[in-house]
Amino acid sequence: MPVAPDPSPRFSEYAHPERLVSTEWLAEHLGEPGLVVVESDEDVLLYETGHVPGAVKVDWHVDLNDPVQRDYIGPEAFAELMSSRGIARDSTIVVYGDKSNWWAAYALWVFSLFGHEDVRLLDGGRATWQAEGRELTTDEPAVARTDYPVVERRDESIRAFKEDVLAHLGAPLVDVRSPEEYSGARTTAPAYPEEGALRAGHIPSAQNVPWARAAAEDGTFRPIAELDAVYREGAGLRDGDDVVAYCRIGERSSHTWFVLHHLMGFERVRNYDGSWTEWGSAVRVPIVQGTEPGEVPAR
Amino acid sequence: MTDATVLPASLADIRDEFLALGLKDRLQLLLEFSGELPELPARYADHPDLLERVEECQSPVYLFVEVTEGVVGVHATAPREAPTTRGFASILAQGLDGLTPEQVLDAVPDDYPQTLGLTEAVSPLRIRGMTGMLARVKRQVRARLAGA
Repeated sequence: MPVAPDPSPRFSEYAHPERLVSTEWLAEHLGEPGLVVVESDEDVLLYETGHVPGAVKVDWHVDLNDPVQRDYIGPEAFAELMSSRGIARDSTIVVYGDKSNWWAAYALWVFSLFGHEDVRLLDGGRATWQAEGRELTTDEPAVARTDYPVVERRDESIRAFKEDVLAHLGAPLVDVRSPEEYSGARTTAPAYPEEGALRAGHIPSAQNVPWARAAAEDGTFRPIAELDAVYREGAGLRDGDDVVAYCRIGERSSHTWFVLHHLMGFERVRNYDGSWTEWGSAVRVPIVQGTEPGEVPAR
Repeated sequence: MTDATVLPASLADIRDEFLALGLKDRLQLLLEFSGELPELPARYADHPDLLERVEECQSPVYLFVEVTEGVVGVHATAPREAPTTRGFASILAQGLDGLTPEQVLDAVPDDYPQTLGLTEAVSPLRIRGMTGMLARVKRQVRARLAGA
């Protein structure tokens, strides 16, 4: 059974306020039937140092990625993951994590690929919970195994592949990496391994909006007026736009995907999870260097 | 004389300790190592310029290697919110401290991090961070030997 949304007025201005919960709300609802709290971090050991009481851990590398192919896990593995974490198909999931919820947003996005309906983010993530002096425990949660159904992964609506991006060129693209990664400037010294991509720069016409511009100092999401200033006025996005966001491996752009789709209400937003580690190594795809978006090559 | 081609006992012990455990307990052991990373000696804490950033790690981790009278010392610092990175640094600091420069360069294989049985528990990508740290330690040892 889903749990009623957080009625906090500060979320009401967002397009889908039911996608966020505050730390106060979470503290009040911990242990409520139908609610499962998931921690998802960049650091695989952070959960073990102390987590929200009752929270289960989902790791993006170990749990969400296929161990062999560069892809997410399939339907059976997902059903097993969810069952083992005590999550039912109609559970309300609240995800939180480190780094202003990068990985939490990534987990939420992957859960959404499998059509899990009620999955929300803890606004401000782990850092806010901790800063407020709320309880963290190293006690293992008592998990009652569930029987999560095997459901197809539906990639089309929120995931973009390289071919989709090539076909999309000319329509709004948001590169959420740092300005240095966007321009192709390299700061690595000689003899240091250059990881992830063979070429530097960005996809032609992409606007550079580093993901963190959507987050306030404390990691909570910025108010809608500030998000509008960044993405509508700054990056030129307009209602009805079909948007693709990317970064290096799709984690930071999941954060932006969440902002554009759930908070600002853009219907059609896809995350290109292949991102720069694919594009920057692919053969004969167009690349622009420098601080300007650049032109889309004629087809 | 120490044989400069045999994996030093300190590192062999750490490896065996990990391999004797199941996947979940390996994570716990890594967490213990993380808690054991010593604070930076004051002489480095006051001189962040001496520390080298390990770019292969997503979390900010800095290290510094010294060679004093033929003995290697490894110092590292990483934030509390990055326990995995701290664990990697701690393993290297504990395993490499007290070795001779020749041992570090010749007896410690570059793929030592891959032999700890952690790849499956933390993922190959994360282990690359530790490989990067080891490579930087070795490079710094070479630089110290060359008088830098």
